[in-house]
Amino acid sequence: MELVVALAIGVLAGSGVWLLLRPRTFQVAIGLALLSYAVNLFIFSTGGLRTGAAAILERGQEGSLGQFADPLPQALVLTAIVIGFATTALLLVLLLAARGLTGTDHVDGRERDR
Amino acid sequence: MTALSDHLVIAPILLPMLAGAAMVLAGDRWRGPVVALGLLSTLGLVALAAVLLGMADTPTVRIYRLGDWPAAFGIVLVLDRLSALMLALSAVLGFAAFVAALARWDRAGANFHPLFQFQLMGLNGAFLTGDLFNLFVFFEVMLAASYGLALHGSGTARVRAGLHYLVVNLVASLLFLVGVSVVYGISGTLGMAELAARMRDVAAEDRALLEAGLAVMGVAFLIKAASWPLGFWLPGTYAAASAPAAAILSILSKVGIYAVLRVWLLLFGPEAGASAGFGGPVLTAAGVLTMAFGAIAVLAAQNLPRLAGASVLVSSGTLLAAVGTGQAAVTGGALLYLASSVLALGALFLLVELLERGREIGADVLAVTREAFATREDEDEFQEPEAVGVAIPAMVAILGLGFAACAVLLAGLPPLSGFLAKFAMLAPLLGPPEATVAATAWVIMAAMILSGLAVLVAMLRTGIDVFWASPPAAVPRVSLLEIAPIGLLLALCVGLTVGAGPAMDYMLAAARALHAPGAYLGGVLGAGG
Repeated sequence: MELVVALAIGVLAGSGVWLLLRPRTFQVAIGLALLSYAVNLFIFSTGGLRTGAAAILERGQEGSLGQFADPLPQALVLTAIVIGFATTALLLVLLLAARGLTGTDHVDGRERDR
Repeated sequence: MTALSDHLVIAPILLPMLAGAAMVLAGDRWRGPVVALGLLSTLGLVALAAVLLGMADTPTVRIYRLGDWPAAFGIVLVLDRLSALMLALSAVLGFAAFVAALARWDRAGANFHPLFQFQLMGLNGAFLTGDLFNLFVFFEVMLAASYGLALHGSGTARVRAGLHYLVVNLVASLLFLVGVSVVYGISGTLGMAELAARMRDVAAEDRALLEAGLAVMGVAFLIKAASWPLGFWLPGTYAAASAPAAAILSILSKVGIYAVLRVWLLLFGPEAGASAGFGGPVLTAAGVLTMAFGAIAVLAAQNLPRLAGASVLVSSGTLLAAVGTGQAAVTGGALLYLASSVLALGALFLLVELLERGREIGADVLAVTREAFATREDEDEFQEPEAVGVAIPAMVAILGLGFAACAVLLAGLPPLSGFLAKFAMLAPLLGPPEATVAATAWVIMAAMILSGLAVLVAMLRTGIDVFWASPPAAVPRVSLLEIAPIGLLLALCVGLTVGAGPAMDYMLAAARALHAPGAYLGGVLGAGG
């Protein structure tokens, strides 16, 4: 499972960085979205990858943290998702505004001189 | 935890939050109550900051535990000298920018006032928080508001610059998150004090990964502080923003510096075991390079807003280089420089807009081009006699005085506080007379003095051009609301100069506490019981 998650994060981050470096605003927006998925998965995986483990110990139950899913990264990733969602929405609005005002979807607001 | 004064620590976050929320509900229809509420909130913040500044000036650190959870589980706010100083700076700058905005900018677009309040809330939260993840959350609050403020007034230039600003800062936030999660994965904590206490006992095989995580986080801070080569977004964004927004944005780059100061000094102090001093040379090098880049940018600036934006780079570089040396006395001087440059830059951004008002668009570019190519204006020569003897209008003279004061402060010339602060940084760098001076100290000194010279040359050139060579065609119409905040900020700089003794004592005490974080650790962790 570790390998699959690591590969997924790597592919998402790689595609995200590639798109981020492209000159069109829409590509940049998608790149940022992919990159934030990669980061969210990464945060989630820092708590350790376990299947079927409970997040909170039941009363009277004994056990080490190794047997239980760490709830903190899950809380962190939830916050990160919400913030990322809001800022991506803002980016989309700005992208449309830039397209409308400058008449081009180049990130610099003008086409490169050919 | 029951006395009212204990709860004052969280007030700088709650006050703007509640004011901002009420303003959102009120909308733009009721301008009167909204403005009154904003005035109440910003004035309240100034008063709170003054009280907290007094409360923080003790050896012990004041802790506020949210929900009274022990520090190991809950969220803590920490008030020490540094955070109180930053709170005071943001409160004063916020008040000045708010008053300046009332003259006309707050009507240039929707929701200026709530955004402004949330901006202050994010700033204050970032200065107070005691754990890394909340630092991220408050960074985001602050940035989300700043995206709105940078775009305030709309227009092609703002949208174009705002797009770059937004994308760069989103990437920085993602890097911040990566750093935070690596730190949590290795150390199992996000509390800064807890992490500092665990720094020494990190297993040898995990240490490199932890340091890498913190370095990734550091890159995010340096992007915010606009360090070279991560700061190319800054001059364009700040130059395009409306005047009050630019003034409040100018303290945002100092939040990056604050985060570096706080986290780096806390985690990589002498008690960090094998990691002590990690990354110090990188900070110094980044600072020197930022100063060099800032100096070039200042000289190359073809108009006033870009000049102001570029001088933010110079001040960021100066601070980073000084912090990177890792000496308490230098850090003390850097804190005085921080205070003085925040106030001066805020005043400059407010001033620039007033100066630009009376000028024709493109006059700056023309002046610089004329200078560069030494073209004579023969065709204009016959007009000279008429121009001679025209009295400089009083308002232009006042603006000129303000501009000169900003130039003196930013270039670090006597007699104002900019000079005192640079002196306070450079004197401990050189050490006692008999000691040999390290090569890095010479490099930092040369960079600080030369970048000061570059700022002076650029400001002089622009000042001569704006006030003497091509005085405004029409006297700019300036209301008292716009000139008074500039006066307030500059008067505070004069206050820093006159009261340099007590101010410097405070800064040195703050710097010593940062370099020996025993009280900080004891305060946060001891309160856990």
